[in-house]
Amino acid sequence: MAEYGRRERDKPWIMRTYAGHSTAAASNELYRTNLAKGQTGLSVAFDLPTQTGYDADEPLARGEVGKVGTPISHLGDMRALFEGLPLDQMNTSMTINATAVWLLSLYIAAAEDQGVDHHVLRGTTQNDIIKEYLSRGTYIFPPAASMRLTTDLITYTVDEVPKWNPINICSYHLQEAGATPTQELAYALVTAIGVLDAVKATGRIPDGEFGKVVGRMSFFVNAGIRFIEEMCKMRAFVELWDRVTQERYKVTDPKERRFRYGIQVNSLGLTEQQPENNIIRIVLEMLAVTLSKDARARAIQLPAWNEALGLPRPWDQQWSLRAQQILAYETDLLEYADLFTGGEVVQAKTNELVEAAWDEVQEVLKRGGAVEAVETGYIKQKLVESNAARLRAIETGDQVVVGVNKYVEGEPSPLTENLEEAILTVDPEVDARQREALARWKETRDGAAVKKALAELRRVAKTDESIMVPSIAAAHAGVTTGEWAHTLREVWGEYRAPTGVSGATTKTSGTGAAAKAVERLRNRLHDLEARMGRRPKLLVGKPGLDGHSNGAEQIAIKARDVGFDVVYEGIRVSPAQIVASALEEGVHLIGLSILSGSHLALVPEVMQKLREAGLTDVPVVVGGIIPDADAARLRREGVAAVYTPKDFELDQIMSDLIDLVDRQHAAE
Amino acid sequence: MPRSDLADDARRVMSADKAAVSRALNVVEDRRPESHARVADLLAALKDAPKAQGGHRVGLTGPPGVGKSTLTSALARALRQRGRTVGVVAVDPSSVRSGGSLLGDRARMSFDPTDAGLFVRSLATAGEVGGLAYAANSAVRVLAAAYDVVVVETTGVGQSEIDIVHVADTVTLVIQPGSGDVLQFLKAGIMEIPDILVVNKADHEELAKRAVADLRGALRTAQAAGASSAADSGWETPIVATSATKGTGIDALIDNLDAHRKHIEATLDDRRRSGEVQWALELFRRKHGEHGISALGGISKLRGRAEQDLDGGQTPLRLCEQLSREYLATLGKR
Repeated sequence: MAEYGRRERDKPWIMRTYAGHSTAAASNELYRTNLAKGQTGLSVAFDLPTQTGYDADEPLARGEVGKVGTPISHLGDMRALFEGLPLDQMNTSMTINATAVWLLSLYIAAAEDQGVDHHVLRGTTQNDIIKEYLSRGTYIFPPAASMRLTTDLITYTVDEVPKWNPINICSYHLQEAGATPTQELAYALVTAIGVLDAVKATGRIPDGEFGKVVGRMSFFVNAGIRFIEEMCKMRAFVELWDRVTQERYKVTDPKERRFRYGIQVNSLGLTEQQPENNIIRIVLEMLAVTLSKDARARAIQLPAWNEALGLPRPWDQQWSLRAQQILAYETDLLEYADLFTGGEVVQAKTNELVEAAWDEVQEVLKRGGAVEAVETGYIKQKLVESNAARLRAIETGDQVVVGVNKYVEGEPSPLTENLEEAILTVDPEVDARQREALARWKETRDGAAVKKALAELRRVAKTDESIMVPSIAAAHAGVTTGEWAHTLREVWGEYRAPTGVSGATTKTSGTGAAAKAVERLRNRLHDLEARMGRRPKLLVGKPGLDGHSNGAEQIAIKARDVGFDVVYEGIRVSPAQIVASALEEGVHLIGLSILSGSHLALVPEVMQKLREAGLTDVPVVVGGIIPDADAARLRREGVAAVYTPKDFELDQIMSDLIDLVDRQHAAE
Repeated sequence: MPRSDLADDARRVMSADKAAVSRALNVVEDRRPESHARVADLLAALKDAPKAQGGHRVGLTGPPGVGKSTLTSALARALRQRGRTVGVVAVDPSSVRSGGSLLGDRARMSFDPTDAGLFVRSLATAGEVGGLAYAANSAVRVLAAAYDVVVVETTGVGQSEIDIVHVADTVTLVIQPGSGDVLQFLKAGIMEIPDILVVNKADHEELAKRAVADLRGALRTAQAAGASSAADSGWETPIVATSATKGTGIDALIDNLDAHRKHIEATLDDRRRSGEVQWALELFRRKHGEHGISALGGISKLRGRAEQDLDGGQTPLRLCEQLSREYLATLGKR
């Protein structure tokens, strides 16, 4: 039947806000308010220690507790998080990966405590480790062990929690790391293929039932500002997924072949300059994933307009939720059949994306698949290159960003008049309170039961039995997040992923203005090198648990391109490691990148340790999402310069760095 | 640097004071002509360090992507567990066009930052052919004065890697299963036979076994063709399968390194001296080319001269300086 014109309204997508901070209790309050405002699903943000398997009382957790999400250390925290929220009625999305098995175990245990049978639970665990190695950085274990955790979770939920989405394959973070639409499509698909192949290899799913697993796969996609292309990208996803599931996995039921996805629209393109413009970007990007019915998102969460400034307040998040509600309930969007079926322009663009992505899928499969392409650094390097090209286009003005590289003059914004109050600050005492609560938890639980549960976890980790069963038992026994993760670390070891920067190539040759600017910087650096006798050496460090390495990577590559020797150690290095590296490598300059908001804890610690090591003559610069007041404090601590997202001109940053080294050399 | 400072600095290097070691490495990296004398003085002061007399200088080389950094990291940790102190020189390929480099080795290593017995320095090749950085040779000598074992890690395979022989007591070639080109290089005699062969990433037993067998075959072919330095001294090049990520085979690698070090004990001084001769002449050749060599009487004559001078207490860098002066004098005469 040809559907057109007015018809019965479609059911709106699930509306969520990625939320959580400080403590489980504070986050619980936030969830209740959000639901009261008409939000229809929950999206839990965990803090970095929880995501990377540390308790609040561990050194690496310092400064990170409760910062980018809620800390969940044990069953007590999980109960508090959902206090008064009946879990049989919730649809909960959890952004959790390396420790997904553990957080789902705590969720199941908390539900069982509420008297809810785990079979009825609905929600999503992100559980996509591949993109953690590539972009987000919260991995723990080597790829093989990580894939085992992923598949254990999937094979468990297929029968035990049948309405659960056990995995959300994330193309979202690939775009955040710089992926082009083609790369986003291709690398998300090879990840899905890698996971499904691994599930198949477990032998736990009878052949006839494999369609059930395929049918539970879901995706988490990004939508950028080129919204027509992004809309076509979603249509391309639908076509490609249908092809993969039919040809590779022989799924016959069309329902099981449906491309099911949720989205978070782009944060990468949100600007610190004229931040009020961001709400317009957010709305346009939302259109990309809602406009075409045949490829419409099933769940949407939007960032807040002021994300590039700091942590959004409840009001900021409400503004984004209202945007969703107006589109879904006020406009006539949901009354129509697909607007683009048969449309030549959209179909041609979709075909182009399908073909290009399919070629890249074949390329990765030829290289051994997603896991192999992570270990060799192939995908990572491609992403780093794309991101460098994107940043260059913004710097040269080829890509217009209103308020940043065009139309920069404007009236002062009343929204940011009082910048201090235009963002949320997390109480610095959260750290200490969480540590005390953890100590109390450890005192009151049954120590023998914990020991027994951990012994069983360790035993299973060494076999190929499912890790879910002993994890749920451990959750009930009162085991903590750190204890769970450390037990598995001891069995499987830890992993450091390729940084992708060493081999990344950039195009800076030619005769254009950009090439000339780079040439000038190179000449200045060569001159400095001749005077110093040694090439200026820069250490790029990422202290803390934050894994968002875009900034650090791009600074490292650019610095190399203008002629620095650059030491880059990858993510998650401690202040002690940074100082040891600075000392051993004999660097002239240190650049620190921190995006989790924990700069006030981490930077002073680095400065203190540098003083202890006698490295007072090495200038330190810091980059990150750093409010002005914090920047002033860091400068008082001795930091030479602070860079924030508004400093998009890498050439200028490089010039500053060369000045710093030059001045230091002159002083000696 | 005044002499007294230099002696003091050298003493602190020998006691493995990290700040002093780092400063000494900065000195040997200094390429200004006016600094050459200072570098030569520093190396001369470190030459007789007790650690430098014994010790073990291990060269680790191989094609890109075989996991050398991870292997170096695993090796260093295992050596520390055996109570030996370790210095690492990680040589990274440089971006020749801009002169800049990305030294990413540390990203693949995980070390205890408070460990006083472990030191890692990354060096860029500065666009030099031959993998080993200009300063690497000197850097190894600095670290050898401070640590029990020095590992120098370089990228490359085939002729470009001859440099590592100048500085390492034991040359270890790392490859991964399926490295066809390495086998071809070996068979064709393009590559000298290393002292130890490592098949890294031996996670899959079957693949690893096949790789080891292939290498054995290639070694036999190479030896039959007479292309061998290692086998001449009665040393059978062992093949060790390792998985740096899983930590397997590392102990076997250390055992083989120790066995090789023991094997060359009697000839160690000769080996090191001949490495220094080659290094001095190589430095001279890079500076003044074949013309410089023939102007001073040809390679054999120069080699004899170098051996004599080094026996007499000369250091390679100072010798190179001396030869340069003599060569420039011959130009002046004409």
